[in-house]
Amino acid sequence: MMEFTQAEALGVLATVAKTLIILVGAVLMAALMIPIERRLLGLWQDRYGPNRVGPFGSLQVVADMVKIFFKEDWIPPFADKAVFVVAPAIIMVTSLLAFAVIPFTPTWTVANLNVGVLFLLAMSSLGVYSVIFAGWASDNKYALIGAMRTAAQMISYEVFMGLSLLGVVLLAGSFNLGDIIESQRGMWNVIPQFPAFVIFFIAGCAEIHRAPFDLPEAEQELTAGYHTEYSGMKFGMFFVGEYLGIVLISCLVTVLFFGGWLGPWLPGFVWFFLKAFTFMCFFVLLRASTVRPRYDQLMAFGWKILLPIAIVNVAITGAIVVATS
Amino acid sequence: MLDTTHIQEQLFERFGRDHFTIQITADGIPTLWVGRDEIIEVLRYLRAESTPAYRMLYDLTAIDERARHNRPGQPDSDFTVVYHLLSLKPVAEVRLKVALLEDDLHLPTATTVWPNANWYEREVWDMFGIVFDGHPNLRRIIMPPTWQGHPLRKDHSARATEFEPLHLDPKRQDIEEDALQFKPEDWGMERASEDNEFMFLNMGPNHPSVHGVFRIVLQLDGEEIVGAVPDIGYHHRGAEKMAERQSWHTYIPYTDRVDYLGGVMNELPYVMNIESVMGIEVPERVKCVRVMLSEFFRITSHLMFFGTYVQDIGAMSPIFWMFSDRQKAYDVIEAITGFRMHPAFFRIGGLSMDLPKGWDRLVGEFLDWFPDRLTEYKKAMARNAVLVERSKHIGAYSQDEALDWGITGPGLRATGYDFDLRRDRPYSGYENYDFEVPLGKNGDCMDRLDVRIEEMFQSCRIIRQCMENMPEGPYKSDHHLTTPPVKERTMHDIETLIAHFLTVSWGPVIPAMESCTMVEATKGLNSYYSISDKNTMSYRTRIRTPSFAHLQQIPLISQGGLVADLVAIIGSIDFVMADVDR
Repeated sequence: MMEFTQAEALGVLATVAKTLIILVGAVLMAALMIPIERRLLGLWQDRYGPNRVGPFGSLQVVADMVKIFFKEDWIPPFADKAVFVVAPAIIMVTSLLAFAVIPFTPTWTVANLNVGVLFLLAMSSLGVYSVIFAGWASDNKYALIGAMRTAAQMISYEVFMGLSLLGVVLLAGSFNLGDIIESQRGMWNVIPQFPAFVIFFIAGCAEIHRAPFDLPEAEQELTAGYHTEYSGMKFGMFFVGEYLGIVLISCLVTVLFFGGWLGPWLPGFVWFFLKAFTFMCFFVLLRASTVRPRYDQLMAFGWKILLPIAIVNVAITGAIVVATS
Repeated sequence: MLDTTHIQEQLFERFGRDHFTIQITADGIPTLWVGRDEIIEVLRYLRAESTPAYRMLYDLTAIDERARHNRPGQPDSDFTVVYHLLSLKPVAEVRLKVALLEDDLHLPTATTVWPNANWYEREVWDMFGIVFDGHPNLRRIIMPPTWQGHPLRKDHSARATEFEPLHLDPKRQDIEEDALQFKPEDWGMERASEDNEFMFLNMGPNHPSVHGVFRIVLQLDGEEIVGAVPDIGYHHRGAEKMAERQSWHTYIPYTDRVDYLGGVMNELPYVMNIESVMGIEVPERVKCVRVMLSEFFRITSHLMFFGTYVQDIGAMSPIFWMFSDRQKAYDVIEAITGFRMHPAFFRIGGLSMDLPKGWDRLVGEFLDWFPDRLTEYKKAMARNAVLVERSKHIGAYSQDEALDWGITGPGLRATGYDFDLRRDRPYSGYENYDFEVPLGKNGDCMDRLDVRIEEMFQSCRIIRQCMENMPEGPYKSDHHLTTPPVKERTMHDIETLIAHFLTVSWGPVIPAMESCTMVEATKGLNSYYSISDKNTMSYRTRIRTPSFAHLQQIPLISQGGLVADLVAIIGSIDFVMADVDR
């Protein structure tokens, strides 16, 4: 038996508490994104959006959740049951796990991994399984096409995502996200690493398949793509998973390119939140204003344009880092 | 009308006078009866060799003549198949009829001459039971495959109450479902190529981007479309059959709902058709109001098209802007007609009421406001790089293909074919307006979008001219077939009372006649072909709609594209399923 000192036990408790707060916070933020998105879309589309439930429609999400909880939890008889059930859980789990390494303030990190960037990439890679499983287990042609598109899209864009991060890692000299933020004290990474920022944002969009990269669930083509057969809370999990993705990518952009908690006067967390929130709203604006490219155009854009830019960016950054050190 | 005798002379010279029987119709379209053994040769000749060459098979339909009393000088016939051919340059029409007897309803197929005869012949078989020998796939097209009988026959009842009540028990449901099961072999499709198994994807009839209840089965190799089979009929409401039991006036609201985005535009060919037959000269004010409202509906229909097209491409917002803009147009329409989408505003010989006070202010406000918005949409959405990338060279067809398949309207102008009935054979006073006919170049989705956007600007121009030059005068013509006697006078003598009573209860009796009138509707050429047997109701009404023709071409232009392209193509065609199935 291992003996715990009191201090160690307190440490464990503190970590557990911290983890819970971050988990709940992330999920709450994702849930909040739903009314925010709907209201913002309404604003940009000359209409009201939900404005009946609660003040300014803010309780709409509660009403939706109640509805979705009470819906029949239906599994199609032709589906592969086990896989069908596991799929929505995967997206939730991987998205939430990724939050573990994000430093919200200098002291608020669940796991201060020294390979934080790699952990993030790994988690977002695992998320692909959710979509592929869902599409496969549904035994539905639309779902299958959606899943195949996702597989190709996410795997390709992961490459550009990883490459775009290398420049940041080179500048910081560390894979640790906290170190990356600290390295931006003088100047935010978005300035020296502007191409990387653009590529990361686009790849992030594709990674969480948000509009305009929502090909896996392109409503006009594939009805609902990979989650066509899902309903009730399982569908809700995909939904929340998508919004968790938005929160996650926004947090990452903040950490990697916009100096995380860094900022004058206000406390670090407030800065972090403000920056991340701006990007969340930007995701909504993107959805309101863009046109969906075709599948082959999306792939061509990635491999023919993003990849060369990312490689050149890494090469130049590397050369500069070597030359200055 | 235009060179009526000329084309007859040519046919007589070529085939001999005794092969034809000439029929005089009220619309003045040369109408000739031809034997079924010669019909294909005659069609072939008219398509390519005559002057003018009737390049387009505009319509192909049939008439059940068995209950018809008034057909003087026409050959004996139980069922008549009617071919309506059209030459666009110059605008000329010719109608050919083939008489068939009930015990031998066979004639050769015209699919060897025009590819678009395919669906028309299927429809005639479906509705009348006439067999086209040599047709590649003569099966039901509008009615369900399990249907018994042929609905447009006179002995087929028109009302649900005359049928046995329908019970969709599980057994029946299985039968119906099995009947709808897609079997590639029926359509001459392979299930697998040499190295690949195809996926057959059933799109619709319930799918977000098929614009209504339209089903299309795709043969896919990966995501590439190898073949496609459109399946229509889910929106069939028997509009043509209903015409046979509604009085001439009470049928007007039904026409509104044929192209349900076209509103009063549908009424126009119907009422003009009867007016031209009766020799009713409508007042100038009526003509001007009709043009103005029709152009309003062209704008609302095209706006809806623009919004849904961009939506199909994957942009979320424009549809909302365009819906609210469309509503502004509907506000004006509603203020004038009292109804938004299906006003039933036109009457035979006039309008249902005069323009309200202050209408010109409303119209003026709309005209001041709308073009700027449209310009902005054009800049923001129609020139969006991704949208252009997804629309250019997608779903393109040539002018020849368009004519072969009976494509009219913006779809034809997108290929650069300079034809607009409003300009080339003006009706309802269109010759008095100054407007341009926008043209495309490649006949792809992009051009179809651009042509429609420009047409909206032109419609605004026409509406402005209507507004500024609205003639004064009555809103109804003074004609006994259209206007009942004034109500106050009916209380003074019995004759007026009887006349009033008959006109408003049975409706007017239209003398025996046959006539067809076409207009440039929102989606292409739309025409009503009415046959009266000297009755208060039509004997047969044929509605030729543009969407039917346009839809038939989808398999051809979607081949080799991806599923996403098909969605763009379907969006760019701008069809309304009610307009297809009627």
